[in-house]
Amino acid sequence: MSTRSLPPTPAYVLRRIGFYVLICAITLFFAVPMLWIASAPFDASPGLGVHWPDWTLENFRKTLEHPYAMHSMVNSLLICVTTAVAVTAFAALASYALSRVRIPGRDALLYGLLLLSSVVTGTAAMVPIFVMMFQLGLIDSRFGVALVMTGGLLPAAIFILKDFVDAVPKSYEESARVFGASTGQILRDVVLPVARPGLATIMVWAFVNSWGNFLVPFLLIRSIDKQPGAVLMQTLTDEGGSVNLQVLPVFSLLFSIPVVVLYLLVNSRYGFRFHGGIKS
Amino acid sequence: MASASAPARGRAPARDVAGLGVGRALGFVAPAFLLIGAFLIFPAVWTIYIGITNYRLTGVEAVSPSIVGLSNYTKALNDALFHNALWLTLVFVLGSAIIGQNILGFTLAWIMRRTRPAVRRTVEAFVLLAWILPSTVVAYLWVAFYDRDGGTLNGLLGTQGTAWLIDYPMACLVVFNTWRGTAFSMMLYSSALQAVPPSQLESARMVGASGWQTLRDVVFPHIRGHVLTNTLLISLWTANDFSPFLLTKGGPNHESETVPVYIYNVALQGGELGYSSAISFLLLIANLLVSLVYLRLLRRRS
Repeated sequence: MSTRSLPPTPAYVLRRIGFYVLICAITLFFAVPMLWIASAPFDASPGLGVHWPDWTLENFRKTLEHPYAMHSMVNSLLICVTTAVAVTAFAALASYALSRVRIPGRDALLYGLLLLSSVVTGTAAMVPIFVMMFQLGLIDSRFGVALVMTGGLLPAAIFILKDFVDAVPKSYEESARVFGASTGQILRDVVLPVARPGLATIMVWAFVNSWGNFLVPFLLIRSIDKQPGAVLMQTLTDEGGSVNLQVLPVFSLLFSIPVVVLYLLVNSRYGFRFHGGIKS
Repeated sequence: MASASAPARGRAPARDVAGLGVGRALGFVAPAFLLIGAFLIFPAVWTIYIGITNYRLTGVEAVSPSIVGLSNYTKALNDALFHNALWLTLVFVLGSAIIGQNILGFTLAWIMRRTRPAVRRTVEAFVLLAWILPSTVVAYLWVAFYDRDGGTLNGLLGTQGTAWLIDYPMACLVVFNTWRGTAFSMMLYSSALQAVPPSQLESARMVGASGWQTLRDVVFPHIRGHVLTNTLLISLWTANDFSPFLLTKGGPNHESETVPVYIYNVALQGGELGYSSAISFLLLIANLLVSLVYLRLLRRRS
């Protein structure tokens, strides 16, 4: 597209202009729907449209005083920390064993896992999961929500981690063994420190995935004081009203911050980008 | 999905370097597989059983459901609302994934190759942000954007009073999901384009090939596999996406009721757990078929 040493031809100039118009159009398409979340939380009369705010922090005070808003953040935190820790711990154990020990039928297991992680989506399994939790008496239980999310995230987590463990050289463990370290010592003092970036990545990935998950808690949680943020937003939207119009923008902003911060953190440290996994 | 290339690499003979032993190794694997078994495999299999019963959320059939054979499936064959849901899902997948995300993602990857890093980073930041924000937040952003009174879209176009989500629900969902998911295609195509040898692009330019000819004859043969992979994955995710519920709840009058939303409405609004399980099973089979094709492609490439 460059014309080297020749002076730019009109066709070339036109093409460059077209090129930048295209970039601007695409950027606007992505940016404009987001502007609202930057303006409405600080606006004295928040509406649904984007306009230059009449600056105030009143909405933040309203949100902090809201009976359920901050409480739902705690619920989200509770559910997501449980899920992230469980996913990381169980996936770490499983992926290490699968990487280092020849368990009978391992390849079939891995293949099956890969299939499962994409076939059994939240939407395809929502009815049996609902019925199962209903019969187990785990409806309206935050722990039940964390369990279902953990089960859903584990196959992909094991896969990502196993890839990671496979890349860690076995020589560390071998030399530790030569010097007489026990299995427990090897795992704790050799494998764990080396695997830390991988574990951190998985933990963040699981946290972010469960933080944004709407369907599972929406199916399983009934009472408003147990709803995580994702579901409370929907509840408040359905209620409508001017109070909620003050609360929702601020809440959207606060609810998005952890995800964006974690993304930036992981991206800058490990150059890692979130991959789909199970979307539901 | 990041792990997609794993099976090929994992085949190197594993040595038990930590002295774990098969017994303890199985113990390590057990908790994860118990959870996966209980919350993923069991529900998937159980769908088949619930699907052949008349199980309901409330009433007599809630206490003692009976087996009704394949009548749920014959019902689906004649259910106009199910046909409607299938059709809308097809429109949704075709419009927002196969056409929308694919083309916009590729366009972004293609034009961003040689832009200044600052421009590139800014554009990418917005595209990625659309992808990583929580789904309820983006759904609310778009509900606000499309709103009849004072929504940003009406403000921009000067069409006050147009209720986009009611008048054109499917078009709204297609635009929304294109916006939401383009980041994945953009990243996948960005890395795919790096595999195209610059020398070939250079020679194409030497012989005076137009941009379109270069794309078709030089670039496309190199990324054909990526296009297929990308299309399969985003189609699978889009077909299973529940966010249409957050924007329209399937309305007005079933006009945007894709299969996932239909399953939810039949199961939890209508209470017909048996019938909705039968439909869930059909969705599982469709997912399985797409995934098998996808894994086949991966194997062939590795």
